[in-house]
Amino acid sequence: MRYYTYFPGCSSSDGGAKAYGASLQAVAKALDMELIELEDWNCCGSTPYASTEELASFCASARNLALAEKRGLDMVTPCSSCYVVLNNTTARLKEYPELRAKVGDALSAGGLEYHRTVRVRHVLDVFANDIKSQEIASRVKRSLAGLKVAPYYGCQVVRPGPGFDDPESPQSLERLIEILGAKATPFPLKARCCGGSLIISEEDLALDLIYKLLRNASEHMAECIVTVCPLCQTNLDVYQSRVNNKFKTKFNLPVLFFTQLMGVAFGIDDRVLGLEKCIVPAERVLAQYA
Amino acid sequence: MEGSNAFVEEICSIPGGELIRLCIQCGTCSASCPNANKMDHTPREIIAMARAGMRDEVLSSNAMWRCSSCYLCTVRCPRGIKPTDLMHVLERLAVRHRLSTGQTPTPAMYRGFSDFVYSIGNVPEMGFMTWYYFLARTNPLRALKMMPLALSLFTHGRMSFKARRLKPKAEQQLKAILDRAEVLGGMR
Repeated sequence: MRYYTYFPGCSSSDGGAKAYGASLQAVAKALDMELIELEDWNCCGSTPYASTEELASFCASARNLALAEKRGLDMVTPCSSCYVVLNNTTARLKEYPELRAKVGDALSAGGLEYHRTVRVRHVLDVFANDIKSQEIASRVKRSLAGLKVAPYYGCQVVRPGPGFDDPESPQSLERLIEILGAKATPFPLKARCCGGSLIISEEDLALDLIYKLLRNASEHMAECIVTVCPLCQTNLDVYQSRVNNKFKTKFNLPVLFFTQLMGVAFGIDDRVLGLEKCIVPAERVLAQYA
Repeated sequence: MEGSNAFVEEICSIPGGELIRLCIQCGTCSASCPNANKMDHTPREIIAMARAGMRDEVLSSNAMWRCSSCYLCTVRCPRGIKPTDLMHVLERLAVRHRLSTGQTPTPAMYRGFSDFVYSIGNVPEMGFMTWYYFLARTNPLRALKMMPLALSLFTHGRMSFKARRLKPKAEQQLKAILDRAEVLGGMR
């Protein structure tokens, strides 16, 4: 059994990406991993908080780290933004003594201390590097042979780094997809931006980026896309119809969390994996194979 | 310091900002940026303008608000400047000096997001979207345009009406920390 502290983040807990959290827990269980949720965690602050309030955003993030430090385990998160923000906080506190003193002072108002020892890891890193590929392969019950999957990383799972994979041409997802028996398609834009939270305030800007990604995946004959980030999934899946309207295209590409694809291969029930939550239906494509 | 000015000094006083001095104006950041074509000034220009002391022009630009934090410039910058972080520094300064642009709703969106984090330690998407589309914006047409999308999220079980809340004690702890941060030099 492997134990980790678990930081779900807002989206994967009970937000629009709750299928990510649910499928992750189901797959982790199948692989004898226990993800113990950090009690009373708060939002990491993401880019918006860091962009508007420097000290408070570091303090909000540091509260989670201080709570996690008491447990002494690696903290894993399924969200690329949480991953970057939490690690960035530790890095900044190490680098800037003045900031460290202020954050320490603020944390003490809540009876907490943070000694900068928590390692925050993305779940992709954990599946790709902590679990042996044979171990994953041994859990595969349904063959996905022939399914063509575009591996979409997005940005923050590999950047700014230094992280567990190449910042521009990562390979972890491809390896995982192949272990499951499916085929990873070439996807030159696999680590390019989906627009992130600008989909809310600058929809046109983000739709342009999403369009490029969908077109690129389609051109390489992908039948579905897998993602590692709640916001990437939302942008590519929920806004796919908006892209079709804007660019007069007919994209019909299901966008799954990579943990959902793992769950399908492991023979876990579709409802547990939340497959019905995909806006572009995934069941039909998967039924041809699994 | 030669070539320095009050604005550059202010940028340098914020962690991450001091790297602006290292820029050689090669333009790798602008060439890597997926949104440079939507900015009134490219990242390279913004850095040049800041170093020329053009404080108001820089802080009222839409450039930093159209940065989607993809960090491609950051991993490619030959001088190790981390332009993404620099954009965040400029956003904070724009807020501090009340110069954030009216050309993009991103500052208002970010502010609303931050208020949720401060008040309940959590950003419930349903509450946040409702606030953003119906309360923060004055354009009812835009809210209307969002309805099909909201409906589809609802029918696919992707909307929670009840916000996750921290236990009262944890919420108080977070507030105490953030309030202390404000006293120590936050901008709230």
